[in-house]
Amino acid sequence: MNRERACTADESAARWIVGTVDTPAARVSRIATKWSWRDRVEHFRCRVGSFRNRYAVEPGLYAVGRPGPRSEVLVTANYKLSFDHVRRALDGIDAWVLVLDTRGVNVWCAAGKGTFGTEELIRRIEAVALDRVVAHRRVIVPQLGAPGLRAHEVQRATRFRVHFGPVRASDIAAYLRAGLEATAEMRHVRFDLAERVVLVPMELVPAMKALALYAAFVFLLFGVGPQGFRLEKGWSAGLSFAGLGVIAVVSGALVTPIFLPYVPGRAFAVKGWLVGLALTAGYAMVVPAIHGSGLSLAAFAYVFAPAASSYLALQFTGSTTFTSMSGVRKELRYSVPLHLAAAAIAVALFAAHEVAAWRGT
Amino acid sequence: MERNMRYLAGVTTLRFEPERCTGCGRCVEVCPHGVFALANGKAALTDRDRCMECGACRNNCASAAIEVRSGVGCAMALVSAMVARRGGTGTPECGCGSG
Repeated sequence: MNRERACTADESAARWIVGTVDTPAARVSRIATKWSWRDRVEHFRCRVGSFRNRYAVEPGLYAVGRPGPRSEVLVTANYKLSFDHVRRALDGIDAWVLVLDTRGVNVWCAAGKGTFGTEELIRRIEAVALDRVVAHRRVIVPQLGAPGLRAHEVQRATRFRVHFGPVRASDIAAYLRAGLEATAEMRHVRFDLAERVVLVPMELVPAMKALALYAAFVFLLFGVGPQGFRLEKGWSAGLSFAGLGVIAVVSGALVTPIFLPYVPGRAFAVKGWLVGLALTAGYAMVVPAIHGSGLSLAAFAYVFAPAASSYLALQFTGSTTFTSMSGVRKELRYSVPLHLAAAAIAVALFAAHEVAAWRGT
Repeated sequence: MERNMRYLAGVTTLRFEPERCTGCGRCVEVCPHGVFALANGKAALTDRDRCMECGACRNNCASAAIEVRSGVGCAMALVSAMVARRGGTGTPECGCGSG
């Protein structure tokens, strides 16, 4: 948990800090509103791996354009990807950006943890002496930071009134133009295709480890016989069934998330199971060994792959913008026993096949 | 939000006491799913089942008219918490990418 701030001023400052602005309180760094190629490459690395865990900027006050005492103050997290979305959205606008120390975590997740919160905002407003930088008493906090802070307490402690800005940084300019008024559309989270797609790599990556383990077991078990382990036997007989693991991962971690609104059912475990069943049936049509290797193995395919897909789809609840804790808890109550039962039955069916095969030879 | 992207119905722990409401409108402002609307100078629940229990409305209600057990709607976090509870602690926390 004690994450080091690897990406701080020294090594990265020159890239997006483009100057300074003097205020009565201190000299403030001025930041670029365009993304460089390097920013984009880093954003990609955030989406696919653990790079995101050390992608942070130094908390504090920054300037965009040529802000003065009447310019608005926009609050954000010190996850560089969040910060980058805010600075890009402020292109052509003179404003202050107040970055809270959220330990490199984005606004919504940090609000859930409380690090993007009342105390940190009060502390940061005082640390940068915001009352000496601006002549007004307003700070604009992203709406998704609201779960972490109590606006009335911030106001009591600092006399700065919290205005909740839009959900998406891309609406900031319109929100400012409208005199700090957000439309209902700006206030609602969506979860459209593009938003789901960027999250898929983080479902696929962890699933790959389980997939490798599953495939190794399948090859091992198909290769083992009375004569000992024979690799070519394991490979030729096991390949079709190892492929079921790929089907399960593709189904639960890719197809279900992407087609989420179109898959029947509200429970993610149900959605994942249905997609898994359909893809298994489709796979069996292309790969004759699934149906043609005996009843136990055919049954294994239909017990294992849809259940594994269901389990993986359930993991996607953590990435969505609309699942509640009570709902997930309800799902877990019935799906965990079913997933465990499916795993046990799948193992038993596989064992039944092995026993029959050994007897036959 | 696409129309059919709704989660399980009838599960939310969200409770609203209209008698305490002063009609400040903060809940309408902070809710990411439009669960509250202002009507006749007071807040009103529109679509409870859309609540994702983030806790923004409760935190920002100065008159304590809203109660909700907030937490992360994440299977992994809940399972981890269940396992951890056996050993003592057990608050569901989102743990992706930390550590």
